[in-house]
Amino acid sequence: MALKKVKGNFERMFDKNLTDLVRGIRNNKDNEAKYISQCIEEIKQELRQDNISVKCNAVAKLTYIQMLGYDISWAGFNIIEVMSSSRFTCKRIGYLAASQCFHPDSELLMLTTNMIRKDLNSQNQYDAGVALSGLSCFISPDLSRDLANDIMTLMSSTKPYLRMKAVLMMYKVFLRYPEALKPAFPKLKEKLEDPDPGVQSAAVNVICELARKNPKNYLPLAPIFFKLMTTSTNNWMLIKIIKLFGALTPLEPRLGKKLIEPLTNLIHSTSAMSLLYECINTVIAVLISISSGMPNHSASIQLCVQKLRILIEDSDQNLKYLGLLAMSKILKTHPKSVQAHKDLILACLDDKDESIRLRALDLLYGMVSKKNLMEIVKRLLGHMERAEGSGYRDELLYKVIEICGQSSYLYVTNFEWYLTVLVELIQLEAGSRHGRLIAEQLLDVAIRVPVVRQFAVNEMTNLLDTFTVSAQSNSMYEVLYAAAWIVGEFAAELEDAEKTLNILLRPRQLPGHIQGVYVQNVIKLFARLATTCLELQDLPGIVRLCDHLLEKLQHFNGSSDIEVQERANSACMLIEMLRTQLAQNTDNSSGSIPPLAIEIVQEMALLFAGELIPVAPKAQRKVPLPDGLDLDEWINAPPPDDASSSSSSEHDKDELFVSSLSTTGNKGGNDGTNSGRRRPSLELTPEQLERQRQARLIEQSNNPHYLKSTPTIGGGGGSSSNADQYDNIDDIPITELPLELEGVSALRVGITKRSDKYLQEQQAATAASHQGKDGKKKHKKTKKSKKAKNKVAYNSSSESEGEMKPMHIVNTTLDMPEGVSLSDSEDKDGKYDPNDPHRALDIELEITDFETISRSSGKKSKENLKAPTGTENLATTASTTAALPSSSSSKKEKKKDKEKSREHKSRKATTATAATQQIVGDLIDAGTPIASPSKNALTSISVSSNNNTTISDAAAVQPAAHHKKKKKNKDKSSTSIIDVDNDAAVASAPAATTKSHKKKHKRDKTEHKEKVSGYEEPLGISTPSKEIF
Amino acid sequence: MIKAILVFNNHGKPRLSKFYQYFDESLQQQIIKETFQLVSKRDDNVCNFLEGGSLIGGSDYKLIYRHYATLYFVFCVDSSESELGILDLIQVFVETLDKCFENVCELDLIFHADAVHHILSELVMGGMVLQTNMNDIMARIEEQNKLVKQEAGISAAPARAVSAVKSMNIPQQIKDIKLPDLPQAIKDLKF
Repeated sequence: MALKKVKGNFERMFDKNLTDLVRGIRNNKDNEAKYISQCIEEIKQELRQDNISVKCNAVAKLTYIQMLGYDISWAGFNIIEVMSSSRFTCKRIGYLAASQCFHPDSELLMLTTNMIRKDLNSQNQYDAGVALSGLSCFISPDLSRDLANDIMTLMSSTKPYLRMKAVLMMYKVFLRYPEALKPAFPKLKEKLEDPDPGVQSAAVNVICELARKNPKNYLPLAPIFFKLMTTSTNNWMLIKIIKLFGALTPLEPRLGKKLIEPLTNLIHSTSAMSLLYECINTVIAVLISISSGMPNHSASIQLCVQKLRILIEDSDQNLKYLGLLAMSKILKTHPKSVQAHKDLILACLDDKDESIRLRALDLLYGMVSKKNLMEIVKRLLGHMERAEGSGYRDELLYKVIEICGQSSYLYVTNFEWYLTVLVELIQLEAGSRHGRLIAEQLLDVAIRVPVVRQFAVNEMTNLLDTFTVSAQSNSMYEVLYAAAWIVGEFAAELEDAEKTLNILLRPRQLPGHIQGVYVQNVIKLFARLATTCLELQDLPGIVRLCDHLLEKLQHFNGSSDIEVQERANSACMLIEMLRTQLAQNTDNSSGSIPPLAIEIVQEMALLFAGELIPVAPKAQRKVPLPDGLDLDEWINAPPPDDASSSSSSEHDKDELFVSSLSTTGNKGGNDGTNSGRRRPSLELTPEQLERQRQARLIEQSNNPHYLKSTPTIGGGGGSSSNADQYDNIDDIPITELPLELEGVSALRVGITKRSDKYLQEQQAATAASHQGKDGKKKHKKTKKSKKAKNKVAYNSSSESEGEMKPMHIVNTTLDMPEGVSLSDSEDKDGKYDPNDPHRALDIELEITDFETISRSSGKKSKENLKAPTGTENLATTASTTAALPSSSSSKKEKKKDKEKSREHKSRKATTATAATQQIVGDLIDAGTPIASPSKNALTSISVSSNNNTTISDAAAVQPAAHHKKKKKNKDKSSTSIIDVDNDAAVASAPAATTKSHKKKHKRDKTEHKEKVSGYEEPLGISTPSKEIF
Repeated sequence: MIKAILVFNNHGKPRLSKFYQYFDESLQQQIIKETFQLVSKRDDNVCNFLEGGSLIGGSDYKLIYRHYATLYFVFCVDSSESELGILDLIQVFVETLDKCFENVCELDLIFHADAVHHILSELVMGGMVLQTNMNDIMARIEEQNKLVKQEAGISAAPARAVSAVKSMNIPQQIKDIKLPDLPQAIKDLKF
């Protein structure tokens, strides 16, 4: 018994390794949380022990637990302990744990600086490698600053493995510590021509990442990349380079022209789909950037579209997806060439894969025409009925509206059809979040297409009647807002206004802002109905209407929404006023409506008369800034800083009151205020007071923000010198609007209800419509002159109505300021993420040849005085890595340097010539200090050159083998022969041990097999790696 | 840049999670959950690209995944990576696992999560692709394994045993439990 206990104790304390933990968790599926918390307790105990192996084991377990979602940051200190172990095994576990749970804000990272530096400089390349891998996940700004030089030294290590990792690591350093970019860049550039392809690829990778965000700084590197592109066979690197060119071409069209040829060659020659695809992408980018001036660019476009068609037709869904993605890029600039493949894209709408359908939807807006719009929309509606998942349905809904509404309903020929579609969408998709969008469309169409209003009001009445508000339709009820507004505003078009009124008055559970609109439009309807009653001299009708309304509005009166309450109350008051007037007459005389009541009704009708015009969102810009209004000027002068002036301003304040008293000329009043504290200003002599008063008056008259009581304007705004100071609202000049009318017409008006019928009708009427088309064309041409008013536009539309079949005209007039287009995005800058580290990396890099440096070296001494940025600082520490103790002084230097760099930047902005000089100066500064470490590197390379010869030989052989492998990759067995050959030479010794290990491993597997068979299923990676590697 | 690499099984249990941008643990779990929900409802014969989830990335990010038997391998990448390239990288990753574990299956990933991490760190470093050549990757991994074995063989095991005995404080333990036959007990332990 006792022995067992010892043994158990023993195991619990020492032998619960990661495997035991995993097994334990799997055995305690029911109470996993409890088991894990128990394990964490054990781990805490283990961490308290001195033995590093035990700690290491504990940390390994913690890493696993972290993956399951447990916070392990409390063990941070222990993780650092394990990281600092001299043994690789422990170190690796420690760094792994750190990379999983540390983050750049960890305070613990302060402790790690020296340890990581030691590891980076370790003799064992894997120690340094592990440290770099870990560091890449949690590097902080402080660590970047302190370790930048060590990592830079590693970039010229003799071991390609370390060089490669160090190069990648530098990118992370740049992100956290942008000052490192400038001094490190020459070295990074050097690595583009590194003998090791891995290092080369890493350098390309880093520069691509850098250039993606700030491409203009990397344009001078284009020749190097161009050379790499034409010589390299490494597909992975080629893809990166080609992607980089895609980012560079918009900045330099000449580059694009040069690229077209090699890229088209690659497109023709490569068998790797990934490379082909990226080539097409970049060619598209080139073609976009040089949209004109290329004689044979239509051939390139044709080639791209052709290849993309092959991709889209491929049975591989991935290629199909990417093909559509690239198509959408072409569509923006060359819509015609894409439209040729309409059939293919429309076919993709029916694909079983949602991602592909979405991509096809993106392309759809370029595919529609007046002829096929109805058909396409019908298909989309059909999809919506069938589709599962609200996200996709929402997307469909959005697309339907997008393609119909694009360029002011250019392709919509029949707006009754469109309204029917919108109503159908509402009925189809009660749970959509696009309710507001549909509401906007309804309003827009009703306002801008006058002819369709009659149809619209009736549709909206039906909608108001039938729409059921459910809990699910949390956004769709927005359409009621639009519907209510439309029936109210265009009440004249209603067939049965009273019925609509009753529908609106029906008590319903609706959000406040919609109820508010309801009440408002009830009054509009009432005004309409009352006017008709007036015309008919129907006194009892009005009385009945008033009573009915007063009764029903009570419901709104009690609303909890303040807006609804207010509106309902004022509506009630208005109607009651009318009712009392009516009541006077109903008692005594016969039938005639009292004149006062008539007046009230007419006034009410007047309230809602007049047309509402759509207002552009940026109409505010139309109002020019009045002369003399300076928005940057202080309204009140800011309080002065120094004590003396502040006291004087206080003095002024006191004076305000005193002077106002003094102007009354009543000294006794002053004495009468028997306050104990007498102000110092009271002791001023009358002359002084008078002088101050004069000065103040002058100041006031000069101050445009001061409201003056004295009437200065003569007749007819005569004193023009002062007029601009008196910002009368009427004085604000309002520029006339450029109004344009583009008639987009319909072919025929159908009277049928559902949207499909419009389609059938359209198809039937295609032959007959030629006549209409001619008319439409004519109409389209009649663009109104800039000063044309809306009313004119309406008149012209009614004229044309007389001539031709009823036509739907979109009124594209918007209240828009000159020079502003709707597509202007005002928040372009808002897209910038202020936290994006790449903004700090927007540093001009001097990428020039060494000749220029030597030529301009004469200027060096002069330029050195202005020594910009932290270059020097960093570089000096680079040359003497051990110069740590002087850190405090160097910090001061840094501050100075920062100031200098700021200064330097502003100077750059002012004069371009000075800027170029400065850059040359920078070059010298950046170039010289780096020279010392690179010299070291040179010597070290020459020392190790003997070793390197063998390596380079191997490297030369490798590509050949590589090629072979690529070919044979499809046949797995044959490739494995090569692998075995390679491995046998290297790892013959540990082979035996690995085998035994594997045996044990297999036993492990079979043990678990009995429990869960699913896990045992091999992953079955029979498909060979496709092409790249 | 690769933002995250996730491996989970058909039930959404995480088998490997590597984030190259810091998220706290609960958010990590949410991301895994969300990703699983996005990926798992897709058929096997649809394309391998997905628009990023709401938690991770946004519009610039894509989820690129492959489904092998019981496991999903998901890479979350931004637009600087080639989609097809990442698909191949996943293939290389899995093939490397297959070589290291000999016919890899989910159990290998469950019980050797740390080893999988070490393998992954030879492919991807800090969100950037480090090495794509499988032979090179294998050579690195084997060299490191050799290093670990050396350490374990020469110094670690005895040191560990000794320290275990030391820290166990056997005399005290024995006193506590009052064993009659101390030497026999130690013999039975066999460590």
